[in-house]
Parts: sequence; structure tokens; C-alpha cells
Amino acid sequence: MTEGTGTTGPSTAASLAVPPAAGRRRWLNRRHRVAVLFLLPALVLLGALVVYPILYTVVRSLQDRAGDDWVGLDNYRSAFTSDRTRIAIKNNMIWVAVAPTVATILGLVFAVLAERVRWQTAFKVAVFMPMAISFLAAGVIFRLVYQTEPELGLANAVVTGVGGLFDPSGDYVGARPADEELLVPDGDGFRAVPDFEPGDTAALGLLALRPDDLPESAGPARAAGPGQDAIGGVVWLDFTPGGGGERGVVDGEERGLPGVRVEVLRDGSVAGGATTGDDGSWAVVGLDPGTYQLRLAPSSFSEPFQGFNWLGRSLVTAATIGAFLWIWAGFAMIVIGAGLAAIPRDVLEAARVDGAGEWQVFRRVTVPLLMPVLLVVAVTLAINVLKIFDLVFIIPPGDVQDDANVIALEMWRVSFGGGNDQGLGSALSVLLFILVLPAMAFNIKRFRSEGP
Amino acid sequence: MRPLRRLIGILAVLLLIATACGDDDDDVGTVTEGTAGGGSEEEDADLEGQSVEVAAVFTGTEQENLEAVLAAFEEETGATVDYTSTGDDVGATLGPRIAAGDAPDVAFLPQPGLMRDFVADGSLQPVQDVAGDLVDENYDPIWRELGSVDGTLYGVWFKAANKSTFWYNVGVFDDAGVEAPQDWAGLQDVAQTISDSGVAPISIGGADGWTLTDWFENVYIRTAGPEMYDMLAAHELPWTDESVTTALTTLAEVFGSAELLAGGTEGALQTDFETSVAKVFAEPPDGAMVYEGDFVASVISDDIGAELGTDADFFDFPSIGGSEPTVVGGGDVAVLLSDSEAGRELIRFLATPEAAEIWAERGGFLSPNQQVDLEVYPDDITRSLAESLVEAETFRFDLSDLQPAAFGGTIGQGMWKLLQDFLADPSAVDAIAQQLETQAAAAFG
Repeated sequence: MTEGTGTTGPSTAASLAVPPAAGRRRWLNRRHRVAVLFLLPALVLLGALVVYPILYTVVRSLQDRAGDDWVGLDNYRSAFTSDRTRIAIKNNMIWVAVAPTVATILGLVFAVLAERVRWQTAFKVAVFMPMAISFLAAGVIFRLVYQTEPELGLANAVVTGVGGLFDPSGDYVGARPADEELLVPDGDGFRAVPDFEPGDTAALGLLALRPDDLPESAGPARAAGPGQDAIGGVVWLDFTPGGGGERGVVDGEERGLPGVRVEVLRDGSVAGGATTGDDGSWAVVGLDPGTYQLRLAPSSFSEPFQGFNWLGRSLVTAATIGAFLWIWAGFAMIVIGAGLAAIPRDVLEAARVDGAGEWQVFRRVTVPLLMPVLLVVAVTLAINVLKIFDLVFIIPPGDVQDDANVIALEMWRVSFGGGNDQGLGSALSVLLFILVLPAMAFNIKRFRSEGP
Repeated sequence: MRPLRRLIGILAVLLLIATACGDDDDDVGTVTEGTAGGGSEEEDADLEGQSVEVAAVFTGTEQENLEAVLAAFEEETGATVDYTSTGDDVGATLGPRIAAGDAPDVAFLPQPGLMRDFVADGSLQPVQDVAGDLVDENYDPIWRELGSVDGTLYGVWFKAANKSTFWYNVGVFDDAGVEAPQDWAGLQDVAQTISDSGVAPISIGGADGWTLTDWFENVYIRTAGPEMYDMLAAHELPWTDESVTTALTTLAEVFGSAELLAGGTEGALQTDFETSVAKVFAEPPDGAMVYEGDFVASVISDDIGAELGTDADFFDFPSIGGSEPTVVGGGDVAVLLSDSEAGRELIRFLATPEAAEIWAERGGFLSPNQQVDLEVYPDDITRSLAESLVEAETFRFDLSDLQPAAFGGTIGQGMWKLLQDFLADPSAVDAIAQQLETQAAAAFG
């Protein structure tokens, strides 16, 4: 609470404190008394709700956890030496550098495009709509969007959907060798440990596949008996449903794995290959005498592209900024759109008559004319972003909250979220307040220079 | 922009006013008549005209069920009982009322620590003479101990929770041809076989740190024993103690086998509790079993719609190294705050099996009272949960609930966060133990 009022306060306080300066000689003449009378309620409210909390926060930041003793600058020292705060400050810097800029650019692009589409209003409403959703709700929505499993998370559903087109998944993803002394993983596929000679039979059992997930055609497993010049055998699911089967032996109900490419190698180069049939049997014929190695080609076992771990340590801040952009790009678009409407058309026409292309008009005329508006939008968003709390509180799961931390969240965590150290919390609020000041000052200056 | 900001300001003020009003309403709502004096006819416990105020956390169905118990008391004695819900934070609600001299007569407290605090304040009446004989007769001694402070009985445990249960998909166990395991090694064998059958065996809701603290507590009490557990809970034992590293190493036998976890390590860390249960009972299943307390039953039947007993069943947390049947859990203890006759009678009533059976019959309830007829529980699952509870040789409270909130119950820090770090890297046993100790020391002050 202190935080919220503290940071929005100064703009109003400062602009209200402007009038005096005229009454230098007799500052309490009649007109001024009336003015003071009218200002009094506002001043009392501002004093109680803005000035006092700010001052008290500063005082509190110099006290210990319970507020009993004075600790000088210790709270500031521990704020700057704690790893958590350092990550929070770093993340805040990323946020301030990226979020307002990207939101403003997106807003500009949307505003310019919206001017040209026929269904302008519908487009604007769609982009602006997220502003109508509370940040908390938006956070919950994006927590779902960013779930890793494509069945749950929209982001990964899209990413894997596109990725799957280029990187098809094998039929037997997740399979494991039944006997690790016979078969070992080799890349996505498998490699047989012993060597084989023509006339040998290789029964290659695999595990960890759900019987329901096998192709419909998969029938009871049966080993191919190879001839004199052939190596043959079976690739099958060595697990009897309901248990009881013997490992390494094709038991009654166990099914073959059709469509697996078995390759026979000699001295590292492929000497022949076969694809397993519906019963899992295979045979490579026409082999010269000698020793051969066996390999199960990776194509049947390669895992499809799994998408990104959006809420993992490395991507979580970027993902949270994405949610912020979804909400605020609409706001930027509306404000910039209003600025765009105010640009005199004749300037644009003049540029076009002089032979400028559309890109040049945009780059050399529209953007410079819009610059004041773009600055206001970016600075306002920057203030907003410095105080960001809700999205970072909701979207990152508990175990990465430290990695996604920002100052406002850290302030809440140390003072209320279990830390119970309101001294340290106040020190962080003061830090946040100081960081917001330059942006506030910039906005106030602008408002004043635009004023009457 | 400024009109917008002004609008936000106005909204904020309105919100403040609204919440302030809300608080007032609550206060008015909870002020109920306290004890009314009356003629005492102790012989036949005729309490006609007397009234008792009862306060507890229960709302909704649980409140209705408790009220059914209280109605039986009214009928038996003629007293009038008023029920007040305290909201989630019992301590915060009762503390000020006690200070104002407006305490309810009987309250249900969800933590033994809270009972100890109130005893230290002198706010509770001993119930040794009121229900001591019934507690001795009807309960295992552990419940008497949990209801006592310095040897004097102050509370009667009325409701209990069992957080030592694994819930599993019966179909997946059948497909893999395995039975519920009895011990820790058996659990790993079963998990391995299920993994061979093509289903990830163990689903963990690692995104919620509290599920991991429950895992740890169950392993710790089985590897270190209840005495060490009590010492660790009170932080009389440092977290760097060998017993803690032993428990973590044991836990790593499961947490460290990524192929046994649904979704692997990373998937487990991103799964919240509800999803971890849903995975096990989804079609096709993405997990064979999930560990958590008896409340998983209601998630299975109400939220997922699987059939308890046919699709889903449970087994007790397996024994480790021959540990005796042990339950980690929770409960609600009834305490007496006023020295009224009706209040004393109610405490006495709550210690009888008749009182517990009323709620037991209605479901969603386990009684620690050994005299409660197991036949009254509405289904087999609840019956066996209750059986595990009353037959356990050892019962202990959830350890993380006994810690300061900063260490035992806060997202992103303390036990929750550090056990998530441990799940992410189960080889870092010593480092995690060291950090647990650092944060515990800070929280205990």
C-alpha cells in the first residue's frame, strides 16, 4: 500500500505545490486565504496518504525487523549484499530496458497498421481487450499458456505443432533395452553389444512402451530363422501385460514392433538392412562370412521436438515480459493512434509528392512527428515496469521465483510473504522509489511544458 | 494519462472503503452470546437453557457435518450450541477475542503449537477432570500426549488427517502385474516394473513445495525415528545432522531416478499438486501413483471423476528399514476456553465414539478415537484410511506446519524452495542440508 501511493504521489504533490511565488510581499492576502481554504482538504489527504507514508517508510527502513531498534543503514547494506536482491535489480533492469521499448514499438506498428485496415475498430478492440483483464487473471492465463506439455500449454502447442512438421516423431519414443548387456542406447537409436555372424539369431527386446501405443498391425512376436548367409531375429516388446513374462524370451502374448529399421554393419559401414514385419521379425540376407555389428536406426525412436521450458530458469523473465506485452501493447497502440490522428496529413502528402516511399514517410516523417507521444508512452510504461509485481508473483512457479524476482516482489516477500522483516522491506521500497523518481521527474517536466 | 491515474486513485479509495466495511461486517458477525449462567443440575447433565459457543475453521460441508454432531449434543443435553467459523487463521481470530474477554466456550484448533501458545497465555481450561478418563479409555496414548501440555490434558483430538498415503491407478498396477509395495525397496521395484511396462511410475507435484516437504517428513520419520523427528521439528537438532542427510539420501533414491518420475525431473518440478493427481488418473495415464494425504481421495472423486476403490486405491507410505507403521498427519483438537458446565459437557461428549461416528458416517472425516466403529465409515477407502490411522504405532504432526511460516510454509523460500532445489539436483545432499540449516536458524531467530 505504502508502495503504491508513494510512487504515484509526487506528481500530484509537485504540481499542486506550483502556485505560490507570486505572494512574496503579503502572502496571506484575501485571495490566497481562499485558495488555501480550498486546497486544505486535498493537502490533508495527500499529507496523510502520500507524504506521511513516504516519510515513515524512510524512517522504518532505518529500523530493525520489529521496529524496536535503530540499525542505521544495515538494511540497505543487506539489501545490496543479498543474492536475491541482486537478481531482482538485474531483472528490473532487463524489464525496464526491454518491456517499455518493445511495447511502444508494437503499439506503433499496430497503430500504423490499424489506420490502414478496413476493420480498424474491430482490430483495435481486439488488441486493446487484454487491458480489460486484471493483471492477476492475465497472470493465471499465462501460467497456463506457458505449461511445458503441449496438451496443456498453448505456447508449446504452437511451437511443437510447427516443429513437428520438420521433425517427425518415431513410433517407439521412450523405449529402453530389456537387456542392457545385449543392447545399449546409441544416439536416439540402439546398438547391439556382441558381434554377430551370418546364421546367428538376434532377439532384441525393448521395454517401457505402453501396449496401447503400439501400431494396430503389431502381432505376436516371432523370430525369423535366418539362413546360412543371413542374420535375422526379432525386435519385440519384452513385457507381458499383467506381468509374469520371462526377460529375454519371446513369451506367448508379447508383440513384435513393426517398422523398425535394423542395420547390419561391417567395419563401421552399412552392409545391409531390413525393416521388421508385423511380428517384429527381420532378416538381412546375402552376407559374406565374417563378424557384423547390429544397429537399430534412430528414426523409430527419435523424440519429437518438445517445445521450450518457458517457465524454467533461463526463459522465465522473457516469458513474463511476453505476458506484459500482451496486456500493454494495446494501451500503447491507443495512445499512439491518437497521436497519429493528430499528425497533419498535408505533411505526409507533401513527402509523398516529393517522391518519398511509404517506408521513408514512416521513418522520416511519421516517427519524428510522433516522438513526443512515443516518449510519453515509453516513460509511463517504464514507471509501470519498475513497479511490476503481479505478473512476476503469479506466472513463475515457486522454484524459479528467485530467478524471476524483481524489486517490488522481493519487497513484498521480505516484508509480508513469510520474511516478516519490514525494515528491510522498507529499505527496498525506498530503493524502488528512488529508481522511479527520474522517470516521474521527466513526466512532470513534460506535463508542465505542455501546460497553459 | 492523468484522468486515468485519477480514476485509478478513486478506485483505490473505493476499494479501501469496501474492504474496511467488509471487516466491520465480519466483526459483527462473530460476536455471539457467550455463556449464559443457569442452575446446575450436574447429576443428569440436563443443560436446559444453557448455551455454548463453538468456534472452528470448518465451513461448507464440514460445517454442516460438525453442526450435525453439535445437534446431537443439543438433543442429548438440552443446551443450545452456536457455531462460529473462525476463517483460516484460527490464532488471529481467537487471540483478540480472548484478549477482549469474549472467547467462545469451545474451539477446535488445527495445530498443537497453537494449543501450547494458548495454554502459556492461561487462556485454556485443563480438561483432565472433564474427559481424562474417556481419552485414556478411547484413544491411543499418543493422542493423549498430543493433547497435553506438561502432562496436563488440555484438548481432545476430534478429527485427524492421514498424510502417509500413496494413491495409485489400479489399472496401471494390474497391467504391470504388480501389487502395492510394503517397504521402500519394494516401492522401487514396483516403480521399476511399472516403468518397464511403459508408464511413468511416480507423479510428483513438485511445483507446490509443500508436497515435497510431506515426502521428506515421511522419509525422515521412518529413517530417523519419532524422537529425532520431534527434535528436528523444534530445531533442537540442526538440519546438518546426519539423520537429515541420511533421509535426503534415501529420498534421492526416488527423486534421483528421473526415469521413475512422470515427465522426468523437469516435468515433476512444473507439475502442481492437482495436476500430479490428474496425471495418474488421466487416459492414457501419465503416472501410476502419487504420494499425498487422504485429501487426494476428494480430488480423485470430485475433480477428476475417477471411481475410488475400482479405478483408484491407496497404500500406506512404505516402511523404510523395518520402521513400524507410522502416520504423519494433522488434526483438530477441541479445547475448552470457558469454565462453563455446558462447555465441559461438550468436551466430554466429543471424546465419545458416538460423537465421532455421527461425522464419520457422513464422510470426509477420520477419527483418532479407537472406539469408533470402523463399519460406520461410508466406504472402504475411508475405512482403511481410518484403520491405518488408529493402528499406526506412531503418529506425528506435519513437521513443516510446526515451523515458522518463513521456513515451513512460504512459496519460494525455506523448506518449500530448498526441497524443490533438491528435486532438481538430488545429488546435492550436503549443500541442501546446509542451506536448510541456515534458513531454519534465521527463521527460528
